Amino acid sequence: MENQKDLFRKKRKNQTMILLVILALFFISSLLSNFNPVDGVKSVPKAVVWMASNLIPDAKAFQRLPKIAKQLSDTILLSVAVTVIAGIFAFGFSLYGSRTTRTNPTVSKCIRMVAAFFRNVPDVVWAMLFLFSFGQNMVTGFLALFFTTFGLLTRAFIETIDEVSSDCIETLEATGATFLQIVFQGIFPTSIEGIITWILYMIETNIRSSTLIGILTATGIGYQFDLYYKRLEFGSVGLVVILIVIVVVLIETISNQIRRAIL
Amino acid sequence: MALLEFKNVNKMYNGETRALNDVNFSVNRGEFVSIIGASGAGKSTLLRSVNRLIDVDTGEILFDGKEITKLNKKDLRSVRTQVGMIFQHYNLVNRLSVLENVLHGRLGQKSVFSGAIGKYTEDEKQEAFEILKLLGLAEQAYKRCDELSGGQKQRVGIARAIMQRPKLILCDEPIASLDPSSAKVIMDHLKEINQKMQITCLVNLHQVDVAKNYSERIIGVNAGRIVYDGSPENLTRQEIHRIYGSKTGDLITDMEEK
Amino acid sequence: MQTKTLPCPISLQQDKKGRMKIAVKSKSSIAIRWTIISLIMLTILAFFTLERKEIEVGTAIVDTFHNFATAFFHPKLHYLTFGKMLYQLAVTFSLGALSTIIGALIAFFCSLLCAGNISNPKVATVVKAFVSFIRAVPTILWVLIFAVSAGVGSIAAVVGLTFHSISYLVKAYAESIEEIDNGTIEALKASGASYWQIVFQAILPSSMSLMLSWTFMRFEINFANAVAIGAAAGAGGIGYDLFMSGSFYFDLQETGYLTIVIVIAVILLEMISTKVKERIK
Repeated sequence: MENQKDLFRKKRKNQTMILLVILALFFISSLLSNFNPVDGVKSVPKAVVWMASNLIPDAKAFQRLPKIAKQLSDTILLSVAVTVIAGIFAFGFSLYGSRTTRTNPTVSKCIRMVAAFFRNVPDVVWAMLFLFSFGQNMVTGFLALFFTTFGLLTRAFIETIDEVSSDCIETLEATGATFLQIVFQGIFPTSIEGIITWILYMIETNIRSSTLIGILTATGIGYQFDLYYKRLEFGSVGLVVILIVIVVVLIETISNQIRRAIL
Repeated sequence: MALLEFKNVNKMYNGETRALNDVNFSVNRGEFVSIIGASGAGKSTLLRSVNRLIDVDTGEILFDGKEITKLNKKDLRSVRTQVGMIFQHYNLVNRLSVLENVLHGRLGQKSVFSGAIGKYTEDEKQEAFEILKLLGLAEQAYKRCDELSGGQKQRVGIARAIMQRPKLILCDEPIASLDPSSAKVIMDHLKEINQKMQITCLVNLHQVDVAKNYSERIIGVNAGRIVYDGSPENLTRQEIHRIYGSKTGDLITDMEEK
Repeated sequence: MQTKTLPCPISLQQDKKGRMKIAVKSKSSIAIRWTIISLIMLTILAFFTLERKEIEVGTAIVDTFHNFATAFFHPKLHYLTFGKMLYQLAVTFSLGALSTIIGALIAFFCSLLCAGNISNPKVATVVKAFVSFIRAVPTILWVLIFAVSAGVGSIAAVVGLTFHSISYLVKAYAESIEEIDNGTIEALKASGASYWQIVFQAILPSSMSLMLSWTFMRFEINFANAVAIGAAAGAGGIGYDLFMSGSFYFDLQETGYLTIVIVIAVILLEMISTKVKERIK
């Protein structure tokens, strides 16, 4: 009984501690960043009212529809291309990084470290670095997204392969199959569901990221948004936002359908 | 002439656990040999060292008269094509069809490319189908492997091994995950393959009675050492005690008496 | 079980060219094939249509190596002092922390409304639709939109980041709640416990550790996003300095310095959150 009482007291004490830490973190952060929670709460209804009255596409906005559509499709194509190409590289490297398929532990460790590095550098930072040599264009955006996507997918694929394939690799090895045969007859079929799920997820993520990067590299829908935004043409801004929402929701729906069909 | 021969084979894990301790034995062509022993005794290591899924530290392993412990990759693959293997957890590629899994048995004998893209000749396909018929799985040929029951999966595993046209089949606890009736089907099939096709079988088992029923010879392993090598008839209670360590031995013989 | 000895009338199917099939196409393998084909087609299309302003790829690559060498091997602060840089890093950290805390709080209540096992399906649909609308708008757009009515600064940044945190965490929390054994909730219901008693006595304790690990994951994302919106929306913090050094002063050495600082911060965050996640488990 005594022990149980102690246990409860300890638990309560722990919970209070965690709560205090979070509260302290909240107030210190508010102070540091000059954030006033009350103003923050107030800003939301204000912003909603503003959006409802200003972000309404006007006639001028609809005249610009072809241009906006072109930029949007550029952004989508870029995101798909980056994800697919990064995915192909990531699959190749993850074979040498996975515990079950690796040929050499040192190589595997190196791949994991490189992937971790690429993934941990935020894509904006990559964009800033590539801007120096590639300037403001699609290639910069491509490279910036490529490295983070490659890092993320490599880790994801390594986990997928580790999880799914160890048994069938041993088996195919025992039949005398070569590495390439094992990859295509064993690993690929068992991990393809996971791979496609990850690729679809990264395409969605990259569409959002490339909007932001587009602002920096002056390309795609992000740039178009920024342009109208800075010119205070909020009708066109509204149209851009609405189109982005439609496209993202559409892509989400498609990939959900695909996922359902695959699994 | 012996098909498989172990000479003074040793294997240590992490420099301390002795998985194989001076192992010597040989298996003749056409024999059905069971290896019994407690879990962790080294049965699985012993079996996997035959096709070098695990490399041993010292000693010689002769397969078909050829020393295999130091083969290069290419020669090793050609030895592996002659040795089929059946696993406790079946180890099928679940997404692929039964037929494709059976055809995997032929991968090692094909060119890298046509194997990789899964291109098989008509004869190979027919042969795979005949094997499935033999094992009573013809109706399942196009099913995906994850739709099968455990017993059916293991039969696919057997079919894949036969597809290799092996000289030797290694079975690693083939019935440990199966219910008794499916286990019997599997063991009957193994026996049939052994007798009709003249394929040598080396089977890891932990059920002593099954081993006694089906094998021509039993090898008992304890702590990496072979402590019994002889006919099932001579496997006395006392010998079983020696193989399993006394406590487990009591348990198993008790169960036998029931 | 009997072994079937019936004569087998079945034979292998043949394809159009009269070759035997080794697999029949299932719905899922067709879906996989078409997904792969369309993704590859789109990638090829991207290469032909995407505008590449004339850049000398060769020179650019050489330049890149040269630039990276300068940035990473000779990093140096010119416009910022070390103290100021640390302060800006702390600001970015604060933006991430605030949006995670607020987002987690709101997301928790929303997730109660849309977890399949404890909610009203109609309410759940509405909440889910709302959440996916929020998620569809990129964070940066939220920040810029809020900046118009609340001014460029921490409020726009925190609110914008919070929006996405909510949508991400609602989904994650709802899934954590759905993993709870239904029996637990039923047992409490049967004993006459009220809704909030069930929430705080059954749901929160059983899904706490999963939820916390999602929250930490989101904190890492929010930190990176705080860097990003600092750079693209001028919302302050180290991201803004990175943008200034890179696109305003064209100072490679300072950009390199800030990059290194950011990467170290991200890696430290990841290490801490991995530690915490392990302890929670």
